[in-house]
Amino acid sequence: MARLSWAARLYVAAVLAVAAAVIAWGPFTFPWNSWRDIAILGLLLVVSESTATRLSPGNLSWSASTTATLAAAVLVGPVGAALVGAFTIFSLRRGPSPAQRAFNTGMMALTAYVSGRVFVVMHGHVGALNVNSFPGIIGPFAVAALAHVVVNYALVGGVLWLARNAEATTRTSQGGMSARLLFSDLGYGAFGLLIAALWTVVGPFAPLLVLIPLFVARWAVAQFAEQQRAYEATVGALCQAVETKDFYTRGHSDRVSRGSVMIAREIGMRGDRVEAIRYAGMLHDVGKLGVPTMVLQKTGKLTEEEYAAIQLHPMRGLDIVREIGFLDEALAGIMHHHERIDGRGYPMGLAGDEIPEFARVLAVADAFDSMTSTRSYRGARPTDEAIAELRKWAGTQFDPAFVDAFVAAIKRDGWQRPEPPVLAADELATVPAQDHDDPSAPLRVIDSL
Amino acid sequence: MTERRHELRRYPWQVRDSGQLLIVVAAGVWLVASVAQTAADGVTGPRIAIAFGALIAFGEVLRLNLPGDRESAPIGLAGALAYALLIQVGHHQAQHSAHQVVTVTAIGMIVGALPHLAVGRPARLSGMAVRLLCVACVAYIFRPLAGNAAVVRDAGLAFSLMTSLAIAALLLEAVLTALLRVDEQRARFKVALVDEMRLQLPLGAAVGASALLIAFAAEVMGLAALAVFTAPLLVTQVALRRYAGIRATYLQTVRALAKITEIGGYVEPGHSERVSRLAVAVGRELGIHEPQLLELEYAALMHDIGQLSLRDPITGGATIFVSPQDQQRIAALGADVIQQAQVLGSVAEIVRRQNEPYRDIDPATGGYLDHPDGKRDGPPLSSRIIKAANAFDDMVGSSLDPGRAAAAVHQLRLDTAREYDPEAVEALSRVVNRRSVIQM
Repeated sequence: MARLSWAARLYVAAVLAVAAAVIAWGPFTFPWNSWRDIAILGLLLVVSESTATRLSPGNLSWSASTTATLAAAVLVGPVGAALVGAFTIFSLRRGPSPAQRAFNTGMMALTAYVSGRVFVVMHGHVGALNVNSFPGIIGPFAVAALAHVVVNYALVGGVLWLARNAEATTRTSQGGMSARLLFSDLGYGAFGLLIAALWTVVGPFAPLLVLIPLFVARWAVAQFAEQQRAYEATVGALCQAVETKDFYTRGHSDRVSRGSVMIAREIGMRGDRVEAIRYAGMLHDVGKLGVPTMVLQKTGKLTEEEYAAIQLHPMRGLDIVREIGFLDEALAGIMHHHERIDGRGYPMGLAGDEIPEFARVLAVADAFDSMTSTRSYRGARPTDEAIAELRKWAGTQFDPAFVDAFVAAIKRDGWQRPEPPVLAADELATVPAQDHDDPSAPLRVIDSL
Repeated sequence: MTERRHELRRYPWQVRDSGQLLIVVAAGVWLVASVAQTAADGVTGPRIAIAFGALIAFGEVLRLNLPGDRESAPIGLAGALAYALLIQVGHHQAQHSAHQVVTVTAIGMIVGALPHLAVGRPARLSGMAVRLLCVACVAYIFRPLAGNAAVVRDAGLAFSLMTSLAIAALLLEAVLTALLRVDEQRARFKVALVDEMRLQLPLGAAVGASALLIAFAAEVMGLAALAVFTAPLLVTQVALRRYAGIRATYLQTVRALAKITEIGGYVEPGHSERVSRLAVAVGRELGIHEPQLLELEYAALMHDIGQLSLRDPITGGATIFVSPQDQQRIAALGADVIQQAQVLGSVAEIVRRQNEPYRDIDPATGGYLDHPDGKRDGPPLSSRIIKAANAFDDMVGSSLDPGRAAAAVHQLRLDTAREYDPEAVEALSRVVNRRSVIQM
């Protein structure tokens, strides 16, 4: 909202003017003796606004401020609520520009006024509650809360629409988000009624008591999100460590993970299973560490023992990750990602539907990344050629359904190919001459000894 | 060794968790007395008692396991405290006695523990006993006052009284839990108490506030308050459960990936796990706080991860037998790997400096090279602990022979002039001695 169009400016000015008019006209009905309550509720609003959670990239953010304005609507009436809403201007949050701040203030005051008006119109009794207020107050309050949300959305939607028309760069992807926002707004609104109810008993301590559990709840959610980020970063870093030895496979785990997630989303897997397959993709090759480097990078044909060592790597991978509390499916995926539909894969030689779903998904993404990456014995293949190759092996090596899903996902979202590796002089010695993941160049084994 | 095993067998009251026993017995005695009294007096306000009992049972069913092997039942505790602090429900004065509070709380807890028992999760008596004792203390102080005219009429007085009681109860819980942990894990009391308070502060604040909210709101809203004010705690609990889950997975993953060095043949099997267990025990002995203890554990698990970048495995993996330059290089490579994660900055630092000698010696004079301003910029304590633990494990390995362990400790002691931190070595020696006593 850095450069506002004149239309948007006009809109903000109009909102501010209406809000100011509402407050200015108010004193005729304004209960002067409730200034203390207004100050306390205003303080509550400032605290909630200042600790608002920003919704990533957009200008939207949500906070518990609805709680304060709705409590004010019940306790001190529409004009008092508008005054409480105007406290938005004191928000300590950095970030919003003066124009944004002005708009937020006007919007909150106006929203609060409308909801307060609606509450009165619905025959809600303004003032302290008592035992007899329940359950009669719930109806008017619910309508007022709904009005609050609707007006809030309409005003914000208006300014976003005008601002977006001017810039036309911000992309909207807030469908699911706004539904969640709506619920959280209504939820926070409900606590407004509770503050109003408690006001009778403990007076101004009510907001404090009500807010502590709310803030702790939000803190807990933040803790969880932070821990999850840390975990992902650590797994990613450790997987990279596993790959450092082999120059050509750098980033392989990460890409296989992404590819598997693309397939999983395409076939409509449940959210927690998508998460699991992401980690399975990252960790699918850790067992390779158990295979002697000499064997992995051998140029000539493999002896039977050496081939057996390679065939064992999914099992070793399983050994490593077995104790992690993943879904069992992820473990099964890691163990069987080299099985083939026709039953000629390893380590168990499972066929068709016997192969766990995760393993069939991983196999497709794994082979595709191998083909589209540079190998010492060939350059990276173009995406089309690799897709043709996947199609060719569908039914014998890969599950055709997952190949189709992967191709559809790539056609739609594209595929980020790895950068061709630039070899440092001293790394030439460790270049592997074959890749066990590459379906078009199967490992060569000495037939008899 | 078999003869000595007999001498070391202890009687139940001599076991190291005698504190646990004491708290459980105290709570049990109190409970029996309360039940008897309640039975004699009859139940006052049965509808309210059932509602709160149900809330406590519900909270106990949703018991939560927090990181660091902590058990917590926020909703149950909030419900019980609210029942103890209740003044009025609607128009009716709440007149139940303290005995009844203890009885209802205990019954709720036991009912809530049944589903856990049914699926084979044994009840942790000490945790329940601690919660019951806290509730009992509040109830016995507040119940006689609840009927007092001054308290009923003056909201400010009631509020401050109830707030201070709730805070006191939660402090008591922290103190008792810390005492139990001192017993269980041989932590220092002060360290355990600070850790307990720091970790439980947010949750405790939410529990205390919810308890007060329920108690006050019951006056206006009646029993609906129970359901309404449990909601934020429920959200908190769901988030914390997922948090604890991901933290456990995190540790398991680091443990699992640390094993890569073993499977790759770089390190003796079980080395990282043993070093981390020893290092954490030593760290606890030295009074390291829990957050740093976790970092120490991560660092110890991953201290050899740098070997993955080596072209050829070190024979047997024992890093103390490699030249100091190579040791430094492995440590630096490992730290680089960890640095990649961007979230484990101090862990990377610990791993990077794990091989630095405790003190620098001036090669010319043979004297110590201390930092000019007196503050020596030595390696962090965690690095010094890992250095000692790693060297110990390289010498002893998975052997359980106390003689071998003693010889290794002796060897470390001889090097305390320069290589190893004498404090860390002494703490390690205490840990190792204790362990060999337990193993025999």
